[in-house]
Amino acid sequence: MQGTVAIDVELCKGCGLCIPVCPPKVLEMSVAVNSKGYRYPLLQPGCTGCELCAKVCPDYCIDVYRAARGVPSSSF
Amino acid sequence: MEGSQALAEASIQAGCRFYAGYPITPSTEILEYMAMRMPQVGGVCMNAESEIEAIGMVWGAAGCGVRAMTASTGQGISLMQESFAELANAQIPVVAVNMGRGQGDYFQATRGGGHGDYRFIVLSPASAQEAADLAMEAFHLADKWRNPVMIMGDFLLSHTSELVEFRPLDESALPAKTWATTGAVGRQGITLTSLGPAHKLATAVGDSLARVVGKHPEIKAQEVRVDCGFLDDAEVVAVAFGFPGRFVKYAVKLLRERGRKVGYVRPISLWPFPSEAVAQAAANARAVAVFELNSGQMLEDVQLAVLGRAPVHFIGGISHDGSGFGVGPLLDVKVIAERIEALCDGEGRAA
Amino acid sequence: MSTDPVMEKVFERPSLLLTAQHSLCPGCGEPLAVRLVLELIQELELRERTICVCGIGCYTAFPSVMDVDVLQALHGRAPSVATGVKRVRPDAFVWTLQGDGDMVSEGLQEVIHSAARGENFTAVLLNNGVFGETGGHATATTVLGQRTKTTPGGRDVERHGHPIKISELIAQLDGVGYVARGAVHTAAGIKWTKQILHDAFQAQLAGRGFSLVEILTMCPTDWFIAPDAGPGWLEENLKSVYPLAVLKS
Repeated sequence: MQGTVAIDVELCKGCGLCIPVCPPKVLEMSVAVNSKGYRYPLLQPGCTGCELCAKVCPDYCIDVYRAARGVPSSSF
Repeated sequence: MEGSQALAEASIQAGCRFYAGYPITPSTEILEYMAMRMPQVGGVCMNAESEIEAIGMVWGAAGCGVRAMTASTGQGISLMQESFAELANAQIPVVAVNMGRGQGDYFQATRGGGHGDYRFIVLSPASAQEAADLAMEAFHLADKWRNPVMIMGDFLLSHTSELVEFRPLDESALPAKTWATTGAVGRQGITLTSLGPAHKLATAVGDSLARVVGKHPEIKAQEVRVDCGFLDDAEVVAVAFGFPGRFVKYAVKLLRERGRKVGYVRPISLWPFPSEAVAQAAANARAVAVFELNSGQMLEDVQLAVLGRAPVHFIGGISHDGSGFGVGPLLDVKVIAERIEALCDGEGRAA
Repeated sequence: MSTDPVMEKVFERPSLLLTAQHSLCPGCGEPLAVRLVLELIQELELRERTICVCGIGCYTAFPSVMDVDVLQALHGRAPSVATGVKRVRPDAFVWTLQGDGDMVSEGLQEVIHSAARGENFTAVLLNNGVFGETGGHATATTVLGQRTKTTPGGRDVERHGHPIKISELIAQLDGVGYVARGAVHTAAGIKWTKQILHDAFQAQLAGRGFSLVEILTMCPTDWFIAPDAGPGWLEENLKSVYPLAVLKS
């Protein structure tokens, strides 16, 4: 896989800004809620590590990872 | 030098390196002096576009640990009140001078015209020499207590020329200003604010204001300054502050020469007020006479201090010349002596 | 041999943020603007020189979580305080953090005078067209037709007059080195905003006078819309009045 994100769901306030900015559309709001009662984004396969979700997140929930260069990515 | 210049020069010699002000009579001479003198010592003088911006600039400089000062008169001091309150509550030391037009700003200075439970230390000189001495003390006290200090002057003080000697204080006991925002070198960042403690991620907001007022009893115990005379057998005690205090002293001397048993108390610190000195003087007196150029403001502090030991009479009043700025007919040794003497003869009603 | 890819972390919040937790609303744009400033301070290694002068608004929550020195000022008064700071510590990196109510309503005089004097600090304006912290009241930048608690029928020229385009106003003054407007409602806007912040900071470091970066931010709470409707509302209603541009450089 090209990339992935780590989402701290307890920080999320469910604003949903990350969902539409994701180019491969791999973020979906959960049905479950966190301890504050907010829904949070769940990652589906296909993340490219583009960082857009993290950059628009007002609650700093998202860390982004990308496959290091020169290493073949495996299909997931 | 003139009182204003003496005050300004003493401030420079006490290490003041930032001044911001706005021209307003009769404080303007301090701004003019600073504009000339600050560049000579590598300091900064700003002619701000308003009094509110002036005190804001002083705030910024003082917050960074630099000795900073402003001056104005009553109306300008009124404009600065929000900042004064916040500076006191954030425990940022600044020196503010009120060159008053009469003495009508006593309440403003000692009660504080701003919001909240803060106090300014207020010092009131009666001569150019005393203005110089108190200016140096003001910076020292402001740093010592992390509390703003006000110097209460007046029109006569600002414009009277006298011989002045500059006598720097020993300030070696003052701690370093580790509370100042100077850039987070070798430490975590700090927040200098009235809204809470200085350390980051603070959760308990309420304690900071309690710490501000917690200093008041100690300041009251340590920083009273007063000038008294002829009190041992005084039957009438006159109380006055600032330049008018000098007139009252002189009137008392004249009356003593005539055999009248009168004495005086001249508060030099208006806050903390020398309540003990006034109470003691009143304990042995038949009457207390308060002279001030207003409708009766320090009068209330005198009444509180005297607490019924003797009747307190008001022998002052609002008095200025046609311009509204200068000296009026009441500030006259003869007039003052007559009013005190009347009390010796048992005339007049307590205030 | 199967090879799982080695993942390297390419994005995380700046370490100058001591915690990610803050009390601002879901979908608020202010945390994005603040993050961009802190990213730059980190990248330009300005932390130890930084003195931030903070105004009063929702963003007043940030001093407590930013690992830089912060001098808290009164509503509207950050520019005069920043003037005092920069005049006595010319080597410090000084920036103000102010909202539109703070800078353009209460403090209009202060920012204009600081700009005209060419005070060498960077003013950062978070403009969402409302007094957020007090609950959604009109400011000098509230746009025509915008509903707030003090313009419940929408801002109306006859009753409430016109909004002030502060960046255009400031850009006209001599003494000003850099003025630009950005927005944080889209990824592209965020990228643009980081660029103009960078350029404004460089203007300060080069001693080119006063710099102002106005950043349009979302406030869904006081725009009375859902958090995820913020970006669209900003695009349609704020950005049309306050175009993104470099106004002086």
